[in-house]
Amino acid sequence: MSAPKTGAPATESTTALSALSTEQLIGSGQEGGLMDQVQAWVQRVRGGDMGALPAIAGFVVLSVLFTALSPFFFTERNFANLLTQAATLVMLGMALVFVLLLGEIDLSAGVTAGLTMVIFVVLVAVVNLNWILALAIAFLTGIAIGTFIGFFVAKVGIPSFVVTLGLFLGFQGLELMIIGAGGLYRVETPEILAIQNSTMPPWAGWVMILVMLGISATMSFIDRARRTRAGVPNRTIALVWAKLIAIAVLGGIVVFILNQNRGTGFKAIEGVPIVVPITLAILWLGTFVLDRTKFGRYIYAVGGNAEAARRSGVKVAAIRWFAFIVCSSLAVVAGLFSISKVGSVDAAAGRDIVLSGVAAAVVGGVSLFGGRGRLIHAAIGALVIAVITNGLGLLNLPAGVNYAVTGGVLILAATIDAVSRKRAGGSILRT
Amino acid sequence: MDMPIIELKGVVKSFGPVDVLKGVNLTAYPGKITALVGDNGAGKSTLIKGLAGVQPYDGGEVLFNGEPVNLHSPRDAGALGIEVVYQDLALCDNLDIVQNMFLGREELSAGTFDEGRMEREAAETLRQLSVRTVKSVRQKVSSLSGGQRQTVAIARSVLKKAKVVILDEPTAALGVAQTAQVLALVKRLAEQGVSVIIISHNLVDVFEVADYINVLYLGQMVASVKTTETNNEDVIGYITGVKTYEGTPA
Repeated sequence: MSAPKTGAPATESTTALSALSTEQLIGSGQEGGLMDQVQAWVQRVRGGDMGALPAIAGFVVLSVLFTALSPFFFTERNFANLLTQAATLVMLGMALVFVLLLGEIDLSAGVTAGLTMVIFVVLVAVVNLNWILALAIAFLTGIAIGTFIGFFVAKVGIPSFVVTLGLFLGFQGLELMIIGAGGLYRVETPEILAIQNSTMPPWAGWVMILVMLGISATMSFIDRARRTRAGVPNRTIALVWAKLIAIAVLGGIVVFILNQNRGTGFKAIEGVPIVVPITLAILWLGTFVLDRTKFGRYIYAVGGNAEAARRSGVKVAAIRWFAFIVCSSLAVVAGLFSISKVGSVDAAAGRDIVLSGVAAAVVGGVSLFGGRGRLIHAAIGALVIAVITNGLGLLNLPAGVNYAVTGGVLILAATIDAVSRKRAGGSILRT
Repeated sequence: MDMPIIELKGVVKSFGPVDVLKGVNLTAYPGKITALVGDNGAGKSTLIKGLAGVQPYDGGEVLFNGEPVNLHSPRDAGALGIEVVYQDLALCDNLDIVQNMFLGREELSAGTFDEGRMEREAAETLRQLSVRTVKSVRQKVSSLSGGQRQTVAIARSVLKKAKVVILDEPTAALGVAQTAQVLALVKRLAEQGVSVIIISHNLVDVFEVADYINVLYLGQMVASVKTTETNNEDVIGYITGVKTYEGTPA
C-alpha cells in the first residue's frame, strides 16, 4: 500500500465534520464546496464510473444530427411522437434492469408483454369481460410468469437464459393458439387507448413539474436532516438547488413544447401524453426501491457477489425470485403501452422487442454482468434507440439501416463500458 | 487463567471414509490471539467451518463461555457472536464500504435506509481500529487494495459486535506493508477484548501476533502452546510431524 493517506477534506472548516471529530481522517466524500463535488464527480467519471453519460451524449449528438438532416425532426409533433414511441421500450428496459442487475436475463419479457396483452384483449373482446377485471387478470398472469421463471432460476438452478428462452418460444406458441395465425384483435378499450393517445390538459403538465420538484426537494431535505442528526457531513446545499433547477428547466422545456398545439386539423392537440406521468411515477418508485430499501440493496449485492451476500445473511434465492416477478409485472405495463400505441394485438405480439429492451439498458449503461446500473439508465438508453428509429424513419431510410445503426450503437456502448471498466481498475481513488 | 470463550472438546468430522478431524481440542480466550497452524490437509479449514456453522461437526462438544452450544448453521454462530473473515473476502465490489459493512443488517428509519447513521457508525468503527488507510467510507470496494479490503472485512465483524473473530489466512495475498497493517489491526482487535483465532501459514506473522499457537497434524491437535514458550523450529517440527509436543496443552 502507498503511504498512509491524510484523507482530510479540502475545507477543514466544514462544521459537520469538525463536530464529528477533530481527529477524523476518514471522509465521506460529501465534504467540501460545489467545486470539490464537481471535481470528485469528474474523477469518478475518469475512473470509469460513467453511468448514463455516453448515452446522454449519444442522445444529444443524434438529435442534433437528425435536426440538421430532417426538417420534421425538431418539431412539437415529432417530439410528442418520439416520447410515445419510446414509452414501450423505456418500460421494458426498466423491467429488465431488475434482472440484469442480478447478472440474469429475461428473454421472455417481450412475449410476456405480448401474451398478457393477448389475454387482456381476448377477455375484453371475446369474453366481454369488464376491462378492469381483464387488466387485473393480465397482471396476475404477469406475476405468475415471473413466479414461474423465478422458481426455476432461483430454486431449481437453471440458467435464466435457458428458462426464459424456453418461455420465449412457448409463449409465441400460446399466442398463436389463442389468436390463431394471422389473427388480429383491435383494442377497443378507450381507457387503454388513452394512455398513449390522449394528453393531459396543459395546466396539469405544470402541476406535474411542481410535484416532481416537491418530491425531489422533500427527499433531499429528509436525507440531509438524517445526516445532520447522525452528525455526518452533508453535501453542499448548492447541489440540491442545482438538481431542482435542472428539473425545473428541463421539465419546463419539455412541458412547454408538449403544451404547444401540435394538431394539424381543427382540433387542437396539446399537453403532455398521459404515458409520460405514468412512466415517471414507475421510474421514481422503482428507483426509490432500488436505492433506499433492503430489497433494492440486496439486488445490487447479489449482482455484485452472490456468495458474499449469502454469507451476510441475504436470502439470495428469494431476492432472485422476486426480481423476476418485478420484471414480468413491469413487462405487462410495457405491453399496455404497446397496445395503446399500436391499437391492436396480433399473434406475434412482443416477439421482437425484448432484445431492444436489453439493448436499451446496455446502451444506457446497465452492466450485463450484474451489479451496476440504474433505472434511469435504461430509460435514457431507450430514448437513444427511439431517436435512431424515429430519425431514420423521417429520413425515409429502409428499415435495414435502422437495425444496422441500432446494432452499431449497441456495440459502441458496450465498448465504452468495457474500456471504462478496464481503466477503472481500482487505482484512481488510491492516489 | 481466564475462562475460555470457546472450548472445543474432542470434535470429530469425517467426509465419507475420510476422518478429517479425529477428536480435536481447542481453546480460545477473550482478548487473546489464538493461532491455528498446520500443513495443507491438516484439517484447519474443516475445524473453522464447524465453528462457523457452515459444516457442523459430527461429534464432540463445543462450549461457549462454558455452556454447551450447537452450531448447526451460520446463523447459530452469528447469534453467539462468532464471525469468520474468509480468505476470499466476502465483500461486494460494486458496493461502497458503508454498504458492505452493513450488508444484511442495514439501519432503517421509516422503512428506508438511514444512510447518515450507517455512515457514522462505519467511520467510527474504522477509527476505533485506528484505520488510516481508507480515504472515504463511500469509496467503492472495487477501488480498494487487498489490505484495505481485509481491513473492511475485519471492521465489518467488529461492527457486528463479534466476540470471536476467526481470520482465515488474513495476510496470504498481501505485500509487506499491508501485512504489517493488517497484523496491527488484529492486535487492536484483541485489545478490545475480542477473541481472535487466526489461521496462517506464515509463522513469522504467527509469532508476531499470537498469544497461543495450536498445531493441527492430520486431524489431530498435536500441540497447544504459549507463543512465549516455544520457538519457530519446534513449531515447524510439530507441523511436519517430526517433533512431538510433550507438555500439557496450554
